[in-house]
Amino acid sequence: MKKLILLAACCLGSYASYAGGYRVSAQGQRALAMGHTGVAVVNSAELAFFNPSGLVYLENKLNISAGVTGIISNTQYQNLSTRQSAETKDILSTPFNFYATYKINDWLSAGLAVYTPYGSRVEYENNWAGADLVNTIDLKSIYFNPVVGIKLHENLSVGGGPIFVTGSVEFNRNLFREQIPSESPANVDLQVDGVTAWGWVASATFKPSDAFTLGVSYRSKIDIEAEGGDVTFENITFPDTEFDATLPLPAELTLGFSVQATEKLLIATEFNRAYWGAYDELSIDFTNPNVPDSRNARDYKNATIWRVGAEYNLNEKFDLRAGYYFDESPVQSGRFAPETPRNDSHGFTTGLSYNINEKLAVDASFVYLYFEEIEESYVNTFRPDVPAFSGSYKSNAFLFGLGLTYKL
Amino acid sequence: MKFLNYKNIAIIFAGLGFIACEPEFDTPLDEAEVVTQSSGSVDFSNYVAVGNSLTAGFADGALYIDGQQNSLPALLARQMKAAGGGDFNIPFMSDNTGGFSDIPTQGPRLVFDVANGVPVPLEATSTTSITTKLQGSFNNMGIPGAKSFHLFAPSYGNPAGLVTEPATANPYFVRIASSPDVTWIEDVLVQQPTFFSYWLGGNDVLSFATSGGDGSEEITSTEMFTQAVQGGIAQISANGARPGVVANIPDINTIPFFTTVPNNALVLDAETAANLTGFFQAYSGIVTQGTALVLAGGNPAMITPQILQQANAVGSQYAFTFNPGPNRFIIQTQETQTNPRGIRQMTANELLVLTIDQAAIRQQGYGSVAVTDEVRAVLGKLATGGTPTMEEANLVLNAVNPFNDSDVLDNDELTQIAEASATFNTILEQTAAAFNLPLVDVRAILQELQGGIDIGTGVLTSGLGLTSAFSLDGIHLNPRGNAELTNRFIQVINETYGATLQPLVPGNFKTVTVK
Repeated sequence: MKKLILLAACCLGSYASYAGGYRVSAQGQRALAMGHTGVAVVNSAELAFFNPSGLVYLENKLNISAGVTGIISNTQYQNLSTRQSAETKDILSTPFNFYATYKINDWLSAGLAVYTPYGSRVEYENNWAGADLVNTIDLKSIYFNPVVGIKLHENLSVGGGPIFVTGSVEFNRNLFREQIPSESPANVDLQVDGVTAWGWVASATFKPSDAFTLGVSYRSKIDIEAEGGDVTFENITFPDTEFDATLPLPAELTLGFSVQATEKLLIATEFNRAYWGAYDELSIDFTNPNVPDSRNARDYKNATIWRVGAEYNLNEKFDLRAGYYFDESPVQSGRFAPETPRNDSHGFTTGLSYNINEKLAVDASFVYLYFEEIEESYVNTFRPDVPAFSGSYKSNAFLFGLGLTYKL
Repeated sequence: MKFLNYKNIAIIFAGLGFIACEPEFDTPLDEAEVVTQSSGSVDFSNYVAVGNSLTAGFADGALYIDGQQNSLPALLARQMKAAGGGDFNIPFMSDNTGGFSDIPTQGPRLVFDVANGVPVPLEATSTTSITTKLQGSFNNMGIPGAKSFHLFAPSYGNPAGLVTEPATANPYFVRIASSPDVTWIEDVLVQQPTFFSYWLGGNDVLSFATSGGDGSEEITSTEMFTQAVQGGIAQISANGARPGVVANIPDINTIPFFTTVPNNALVLDAETAANLTGFFQAYSGIVTQGTALVLAGGNPAMITPQILQQANAVGSQYAFTFNPGPNRFIIQTQETQTNPRGIRQMTANELLVLTIDQAAIRQQGYGSVAVTDEVRAVLGKLATGGTPTMEEANLVLNAVNPFNDSDVLDNDELTQIAEASATFNTILEQTAAAFNLPLVDVRAILQELQGGIDIGTGVLTSGLGLTSAFSLDGIHLNPRGNAELTNRFIQVINETYGATLQPLVPGNFKTVTVK
C-alpha cells in the first residue's frame, strides 16, 4: 500500500479540467466506469467521497480504494473570419484518490478521503490570438476529508465531515490584446501555492430494501483565497507587487439512487447540481496601488449533470461497468473565456474490476468525453474597451484510470 | 501489484496518447472557404507605400519591429490580402528596441514610466547597425524624416552622405537603397507597384515646428514643394495611369507634441507668485535705471524726467505680474531696441514642444527665474531702498531663465506653419485631383480626434494616455491609432475603386507601451 501512496504522490502532476468549469469528476475508478455515479452505490470505500453516510452499509470492516486517472485533453480554437487558430498542448494530468474506511461498530463507521475534485491545466501556444486572456492556467487542489457515517435506523444513515483543502494556482497571460502579436509582449505571471481552506460535506442514505438505495450528498463551497501571491511581469516594468485573489470551488449537491435489478445487475442514476453561480468574477488585486487591478467577468451559472451507470457481475473474477453522463457547461454565452474552454459534454464510460482474490481487486476505467462544437465569445464587462474574443471551440478528452480495492 | 509501477503506467498513457485523436471542427480552418473581398477596379498584388515616418511605422520616438508591423501600410496590406493583395515586404529593424547602435540621435524607443508618470527611453541597446544593408525590395518605402523633395535627392541612400555637413543621406534609406547612387523614387518605381499610397509633405513643415523654429530646419518653399509633390505623384502614378491614394498633412495644433505642455503650466502658490512679481518689479526697476543711464550718456546727473519717462517705457514691460495658480512662462525673443532684454511672457496661442525639459522647469526656474541666495540678497537690498552695484544688478538680470527658442512656437512661427500647411495641403489636394487620385483627409481625421472618435469599444482620443491614438512621442500614431487610420484609408479606397476591403477592429490593437 505504501507503494501505491508513493505512486499517487509521484503522479501529483496536474489535473486537466474536463468537466464543466474546472471540476474534475474522477473520484473513484469504479464509479467513473459507471458514469461517475456513486452516491447510491454501496460497493467500496469510494463512498467516503460520494456519500460517507453509506459507509455503515459496507459489509467489511476495513475498506480501501485508491486510484489514479490519466487524462489527455485537447481543445482546438479557430476563427474563420480572422483565420486565427490555436490548440492547447496535450498535457497528461493525473487526478488521484485514496479512501480508507473502518467500521467501528454496527452503527458507526469512520474514514479518510483524499481526492482532487477541482483542477485545471490549460496551456495554449504563447502569443496565440487570445493571449491577453490566458496563455496558461494551472489550478491544483487536494481535499483531505475525514468522514463518519452514523446509522440512525436500519434504513437510514447520515454522514459527513470537515474538508481541509490545500491548493495552488498559476496563471499566465499577456497584458494587451495585440492583433499582430508583439515580438516582446508584456506579460504577467501569477503564482501562489500552499493556500489552505476549510469546508464540509454532509450526506444521507435511505435504504428501504436490499435492492434499493437512495443517496444525497452536499459538499460546501470552498474559497481558495490567495494572499501575497508572486507576480512576475515580463517586457513591462511595474513596481514590485504581490497579488490577492479568490477562486471559488463551488458547492455541489448530488442526489441519486441505485437498483439491484437482478442478482448480477446494478443500475444507478444520479443528478449533480454544481453551484457555479459563486464564480461571478476573477478579480486580481495587486497589493501595490500603482499597479492597476485586473477584473475579469465570469458570471458562471449553476449547472446540472445527469448520470447513469450499470454494473454487471460477470463471474467471480470480473465485474463489468458502463455508463453515460451529460455535463452541462456552467459558462454563459458571451462569457466563454478560453481558460476553461469547454462546452456541454457527453461522457461515455466503461471499465471493469478484476478480483484477484476475495480481498483485493484491480479496477480499471476508461472514458471518452465528447464536447459539442461551439461558437462563442468572451466579453469582459469590466473592460468595455477590449473587443469581444470570439471563435469556435472543439474539445475532447480521454481518461484512463487504474485503481485497487482492498477489503478486509 | 508489480505491473502497477510508474513506468508501465507511463507506457499505457503514452499509448493512449496515440489513440487520443484530436477533436476536429465540422469545418476546419484549412478546409474552410477563404472569404475573399473584391479589389474593385484595382489590383492590390503589389502595393508600395511611399511616405515618411508615419508610413514607416515609426512610433514612440523610434523605428522598431512592433511599430513596423503595426504601420498604416502594413495594416492596409493585411486587409488587402483577402482582395488579392500580395506579400508586403517590410525593411525590419533588427530588434524591438529601435534606433541604431551607431547613430546616437536615433536611440531606443520611449516607454511610459508608471512610477514617475513620464515617457522614458527603453533601457536597452539598439542592435540595428547602419552598416548592415538590407537586400531585396520593400513594399514599405516609408523613410522616417523624409521630406517631399527627398524622393529625388541625390546621395540620399549613400552612406558617405551621413557624415557630410549638412548630411545629404538618410540612414533609413541608406539601409535599403539598392545602390549608393540610386534615388528613392527609382527604388519605388523599379518595383512596378500595382497600387500605391503617397503620404509625404508632413516633414516639410513639421521639422520646422518640432525644432521650435529655431533655424535648424526650414519650411520647404512653396515652389520646391509644388515641384516635388507634382513630380513625385506624377511619376509614382505613371501620370495617373496607376491607381493609388494620397493623404494630406495635419495641423500642428492637433498633434500632442505641441499641445500637451500648456504655455501657462507655471503653477504658483500665493507666496511664490508675490515673490516672482516682486522680482520682476525689481528687474523692471533695474532695466529702467540702466536704460536711463544709457540715454543720459552714462552720466547719472544728466537723467532728466523726460529720459526717465522714456526709460520707464522700456523697463516697465518687464514688470510681469504673477498670480496664484497657472501663469504663462517667460520666453526668449529677439533683442530689439524696444525689448533690449529679449524676453517676454508667452501669449495665449503660443505653443511649447513636448520634449521641453520638465525637470528644469520644476527645479531650475526654466521659463521663469532661477532665484539663488545671492539674487535673494540683492532683492532684499532693493526692497530696503538700497542701490545695487552693477554686479548685483547683473545678478538679478541674469537670474531670468527664459525658454529657448527651440522649445517654443511663437505667434510668428505659428503663422508661418499655418500658412505653409494650408498651402501644402492645397497642393496635395490639387495634385491628387489632377491625377484622379483620391485624397485621405488626415488633417480632418486628426481634428475629429480632438473630440474623440467612437471606435465601438470606447473612444479613441488625442493627447497622451491610455485611450490615445498617439504613441509616446506625441507625433506618431500607436497601433490603435494606425488601425483607425487604416480604416479611413480603406473607406476612401473602397469608395473610389469599388473594393470591399474589410475594416479592422481598433480595440484589438494596443495603445500605450508601458515601461
